[in-house]
This record gives sequence, structure tokens and C-alpha cells, in this order.
Amino acid sequence: MLALASHAHAFDGIPNPLPGATAGDPQRGRAIVADRHVGLCLLCHSAPITEERFQGDLAPSLAGAGSRWTIPQLRLRIADSSRLNPATIMPSYYRTEGLTRVAPAHAGKTILSAQQIEDVVAYLATLKDTP
Amino acid sequence: MKAALAGLVVVALAASAQAPAPAQSSAQDMRKSGSAFMGESTRAMQRDDTQNPAMLWVANGEAAWHTGAKKSCTACHGDATKSMRGVAARFPAFDKSAGKVITLGQRIEQCRVGKQGMPPSKPEADELLALQSYIALQSRGMPVAPPRDAPTSAAAERGRALFAQRIGQLNLSCAQCHDANWGRKLAGATIPQGHANAYPIYRLEWQGMGSLQRRLRNCMTGVRAAVPPPDAQDLIDLEAWLALRAEGMTMESPGVRP
Ligand code: HEC
Ligand code: HEC
Ligand code: HEC
Repeated sequence: MLALASHAHAFDGIPNPLPGATAGDPQRGRAIVADRHVGLCLLCHSAPITEERFQGDLAPSLAGAGSRWTIPQLRLRIADSSRLNPATIMPSYYRTEGLTRVAPAHAGKTILSAQQIEDVVAYLATLKDTP
Repeated sequence: MKAALAGLVVVALAASAQAPAPAQSSAQDMRKSGSAFMGESTRAMQRDDTQNPAMLWVANGEAAWHTGAKKSCTACHGDATKSMRGVAARFPAFDKSAGKVITLGQRIEQCRVGKQGMPPSKPEADELLALQSYIALQSRGMPVAPPRDAPTSAAAERGRALFAQRIGQLNLSCAQCHDANWGRKLAGATIPQGHANAYPIYRLEWQGMGSLQRRLRNCMTGVRAAVPPPDAQDLIDLEAWLALRAEGMTMESPGVRP
């Protein structure tokens, strides 16, 4: 994995898009968040995606995430939220090091690609209304 | 989706680094059986033997218990309602002839293969689950009572460490779900405390009976962790820890799960 350290300057955000990614697309991002096998977000979070019935409550609602956080802050929170809270249960979506017993099919791979993370960030940035 | 992620957090349930954790004192026992987290219809299904699909496996297990004339289980063990009472409540356990800690399923296999000359069962074979269900039923209502000998305690201690270890691509430990987040919703599933006092279970999602190890494999797959082969040491260690963690809780086998 590319060292995130070089991107995560102030430790509260990653200012630039992840390497190799183009501008995020909020529609694609929404689909990733909604898909339990891709984004997995709704396992833990709820989000204003009403067609998805079973949403988790292990984490704050994503509604309003775009007014709580800037794009660099959102990017860091998806890419590696353990930098903000080492004890968090939120997986680091752009990290491969420091993991144990990873299933062979997933070993050495990030949960989402750089482009998928940009898409998710672009979608979250549209979530301005709190519930 | 329940299959996708079955369990997450870390409040070590108990105690010091060396000695096995004592069961929590009943005065502040916060432990709840998995059945307490189910919907009423599933609970009713478990409660009522005429509705509990696992009783089909029990009936097959009872039939198998008597099959084989001279070499039947009955021939050596007699009436299971007496000879097998309390047995399931104290497995996994150290077994002298195996020289290691084994599960109830492995103990039954020793007799099937060693005493009856049967070919080894495939993992999750219905016949083995049937005998397991029948034997586990004989402990229903009894407290979980893991043995405290040195090898079984050592297995539980290793299992406790594994339970607290973050694993898989999602980097979650068993404890993060079952100690720190039980009662919350993981998508549609309520996270139970992860006690093993009702196994084997009939799971509606499986449309069949399954062992505790099948459940543990599901949780490991959910966090995208490597899954050990059946009866691997890690799984036996986890089973031994789960037994100690549930010590004193009431056996409900055979359970029903959503
Ligand atoms: C296994 C649980 C889990 C999963 C899966 C998960 N999160 Fe989180 N997330 C959390 C928790 C818990 C927090 C609360 C902060 C903390 O613990 O560090 C959080 C915090 C956040 C935050 C900041 C809090 C806020 O105000 O909104 C955002 C944004 C976020 N998650 C987005 C996502 C997205 C998008 C996904 C999927 C791509 C995702 N999360 C997947 C558990 C999870
Ligand atoms: C991401 C959360 C999560 C993680 C991590 C997790 N589990 Fe689970 N676990 C669950 C959920 C959810 C269920 C119940 C699913 C259902 O409703 O059928 C469950 C069920 C169980 C059960 C069955 C309880 C019962 O009453 O039938 C046991 C035992 C268990 N888990 C043990 C473990 C162990 C051991 C680990 C680590 C190897 C683990 N879990 C990791 C979420 C998790
Ligand atoms: C030829 C005799 C024989 C037959 C047949 C036999 N067993 Fe056993 N079984 C034993 C003996 C002897 C032990 C005790 C071994 C020991 O103490 O180490 C035992 C132990 C067990 C135990 C562990 C009991 C405990 O208290 O820990 C279980 C469970 C068991 N048998 C199940 C079965 C089942 C199920 C069958 C039929 C499928 C069966 N046995 C057939 C001789 C037999």
C-alpha cells in the first residue's frame, strides 16, 4: 500500500485524491455504500438510502456527513479511520499492512480501490441534511 | 446478509492473564443466551419441541444410538438419558486416548470409528450432527460445566487470546462484536453475546442443522479472515474459551437460530 502518511498531513484529512483516481462520482459512490458486499457501510451505519431495509446501528448515521466533514476529512475517514481512533471498529478501506489472518482471496488487497473511495467520498459530500 | 458479517468489540469479559476466567458471579451476571436476542417466533420454535426442526435430528440420533446390534452405542453406553446426561455440558475436554483436547463431535467420532468400525464422517455430516443433537439434548437445562484440568484450561486460554485478536481484511475481533457491541444491529442481524450453550443449532438461514464450528467459520468469513479447517486447533481453542465464558449458563441444545 502506498504510504498514507505522505498524504495525511495534518492528521485530520487527506487533501488530494488518492493516487490514480479521477474525480469521484456520487452516483457510483451511492451504489458502493448501498452494496453490503462492496462498501459494507450499511452493516454498521444507516444512510438516507431508503430502498435498503436492513441498516446497522453500530455507528453514527451517515446522514449529514457532508456538512460535518470536509472532503479531505471524509477521505481520511474512509481510507484509514484507525489513524484518528486506533480502537475504532470501522475498517480501514485503503490499508493492507498491519492485518492478521486475512483470507487468501483478500490478502494484499484493499477493501475498496482508490477510485471507489473517491466515489464514496463524492457521495458522502452530498449528504448535507442531518436526519 | 447475515452470512456476510456475523459478529464486533473489546471489553474482556473477565479476568486475569493466567488463571482461566471465573464465571461471572450471578449477582451481576450480564450474560444472555443467544435465544434472548431472537424474535418471538424463533424463540417459540426453539421452546416447543413439536415445532423445533432440530428435533428431527434428535430423532435420527436416537435411532442411530440403537443401530448396529452388538456394536451399537446402546451396547456400551445403555440408556443415553442416563449415561449421556451432562456430557455435552462439559465438552470440549481433554481426552486421554487422543492425548489432546477434543470436541463432543470428535469424541463421538472416536467411538464410531474406533469402536464401531465406521468410516470417518465428513465434517457437518447429518449423522454426526444427529448423534450430537441427541447427546446434547441430554444436557438441556444443565449448567455449562467446562472441565478445569490443565490442558483444557490452556486451550481456553489460547482461545481467549484469539477471541480478542483483530483478524481478517475487516480487522475485527470476536470480542469487538460479542463483548462490546452485542444487542446492536449489524445490518439486519442483532449481534448476540456469542455464547455456545445451544449447539448444535437448526439455523433457518441454513435450512439445516449445523455445528458450533460452522457458526464460527461464518463469523470468520464475515470479517474476511482465513478460515481454519474443521477441528483445527484454533477452532477447538475457541470452543474451549466459549465454554468457559458461558460457564454456569443453562444448556438449551438443540437451539434454533434465524
Ligand atoms: C464495522 C463497522 C463499520 C463499517 C463497515 C463502516 N463504518 Fe464508518 N464508522 C464506524 C464507527 C464505529 C464510526 C464512529 C467513529 C469511530 O469509531 O472512529 C464510524 C465513522 C464514520 C464516519 C465519520 C462519522 C460521521 O460523522 O459520519 C464516516 C463518514 C464513515 N464512518 C463512513 C463510512 C463509510 C462510507 C463506510 C463504507 C464504505 C463505513 N463508514 C463503514 C463503523 C463502521
Ligand atoms: C462483525 C461482527 C462479528 C464478529 C467480528 C464476530 N461475530 Fe460472531 N456473530 C455475529 C452475529 C451478527 C451473530 C448472529 C448471527 C445471526 O443472527 O444468526 C454471531 C453469532 C455468533 C455465535 C452464535 C451465538 C448464538 O447464540 O448462536 C458465536 C458462538 C459467535 N458468533 C462467535 C464468534 C467468534 C468466536 C468470533 C471470532 C472468531 C466472532 N463470533 C466474530 C457477529 C460477529
Ligand atoms: C465398544 C464400546 C463402545 C461403543 C460401541 C461406543 N462407545 Fe462411546 N465410549 C466407549 C468407552 C469405553 C468410552 C469412555 C472412554 C474414556 O473414558 O476414555 C466412551 C465414551 C463416549 C463418550 C464420552 C462420554 C463422557 O462421559 O465423556 C461419548 C459422547 C460416546 N462415547 C458416544 C458414543 C456414541 C454416540 C456411540 C455410537 C455411535 C458410542 N459411543 C459407541 C465405548 C463405546
